[in-house]
Amino acid sequence: MLKGLNIAFKDLKIESRAREIFISMVVFSLLILIIFSIAFSDLLSSASKTATVTSGVLWICFIFAGTLGLNRTFATEVQNGCMDALKMCPIPRNSIYLSKVIFVFLLMLLVEIITIPMFSVLFNYQFTAIIWVGIVILLGSFGFVVVGCLISALVIRARAGEMLLPVLLLPLSLPVIIPAVSATSGLLRGEDIFSLMSSIRLLVVYDFVFFAVSMLVFEYVVED
Amino acid sequence: MATIIYSMMGETVLVAEDIFRDYGCLHALNGINLCVEEGEFIAIIGPNGAGKSTLLKIVASLTSPTKGTLQIFGTKDKDREDVQDRIGMLSHETFLYDNLTARENLLFFGKLYGMEHAALDERCDYLIRKVGLWKRAEDPVKNFSRGMKQRLSLARAIIHDPSLLLLDEPYTGLDMNASSLMENLLVEKSGMTKIMVTHDMDKAFRLCNRLLIMEAGNIVHDVVANDPNARKFAEAVCFSDGGQFKC
Repeated sequence: MLKGLNIAFKDLKIESRAREIFISMVVFSLLILIIFSIAFSDLLSSASKTATVTSGVLWICFIFAGTLGLNRTFATEVQNGCMDALKMCPIPRNSIYLSKVIFVFLLMLLVEIITIPMFSVLFNYQFTAIIWVGIVILLGSFGFVVVGCLISALVIRARAGEMLLPVLLLPLSLPVIIPAVSATSGLLRGEDIFSLMSSIRLLVVYDFVFFAVSMLVFEYVVED
Repeated sequence: MATIIYSMMGETVLVAEDIFRDYGCLHALNGINLCVEEGEFIAIIGPNGAGKSTLLKIVASLTSPTKGTLQIFGTKDKDREDVQDRIGMLSHETFLYDNLTARENLLFFGKLYGMEHAALDERCDYLIRKVGLWKRAEDPVKNFSRGMKQRLSLARAIIHDPSLLLLDEPYTGLDMNASSLMENLLVEKSGMTKIMVTHDMDKAFRLCNRLLIMEAGNIVHDVVANDPNARKFAEAVCFSDGGQFKC
């Protein structure tokens, strides 16, 4: 399994040179923030109203930027038939999946690290429970990436696979998006963390179940 | 009816029994029986759609047979991970990452095959020299010509020194020089068992010692290359389907 993690290092190396995925994710995410900050400019004077709408804005940034990343993550493997070469290596096939999850998750984290301060500036919002917001964003992003990588592997060889990915991914990731948005919204409104525990628990369970299932079925997903 | 010849050259590398492979209603392979011994260089020839590449993909464990059993180095399908490091494959696709350099590509695949750092470095240097890419070792593969990519691809396929090398139309898109260099490199690896799918009948007869002639998912002839009837069999099958075969 550890040998297989070289695939994640290889992806990071390629991305650090090409910067194709990361730049498009960051630009897209910042663009959404700017558009919403202009659209909601009337609400920004009221902190409570800001908190109500902005968790949605944040998650729109993360999800759509993440979808861009997921769209490209298996493209490097399909190009030149590299996926076949990986499948022939003496590594468990789900280590390919694990590497892709690590790679996209790291990209999403970087995008989030850039997006959150920009969000704070554009929406004039001071984070009070930043650690808990961070935990919710980590759990939500992980769940999204876990499902996304599986769907991405599934559709990559399909005709119009890039169109198919969001169509399949967004409904399947709703169970993670709903508690993530609701917990983030509660935290931004300053609610007590214990009142949001049910959403956070749901996120943890979703992450665990989908990760376990994806690790089990990935082998069949990449089978010809 | 297939003529079956089992040469006795050493360890049995591959035994396929009654292999079927269906894609929906299309029967790509219809009960393939095959035994390959160590050191053989086998060419699989036949018209398009005969099932040559499907058979090679099954041997490479890139796809599973619908029915039948396949043993490679005495290991059955479900335990294939144990013998994967004894198999290499060179395809008409390069299996290379365009944004990595020649050396990085070899190092990456070497690591996946579990090679030790020092041995891998040494092996990379040796192979890069061998395929004539020493001066371009640090260049990204995207700047390479088709012939250079294919030579590097051969180095990638044998980075872990496999006992069985699978070749799926390895000469596609190569000019005469690149083709001849590739041929020399393949001939040099005389102890390695090689199975090559090709449309080039001359190369098949020149390089290989055994020919499997396939048609409609069956091996219709299994002959040694110097059999006086081999070319007649091959031409009869390969030209039967609208002359798709390149001579």
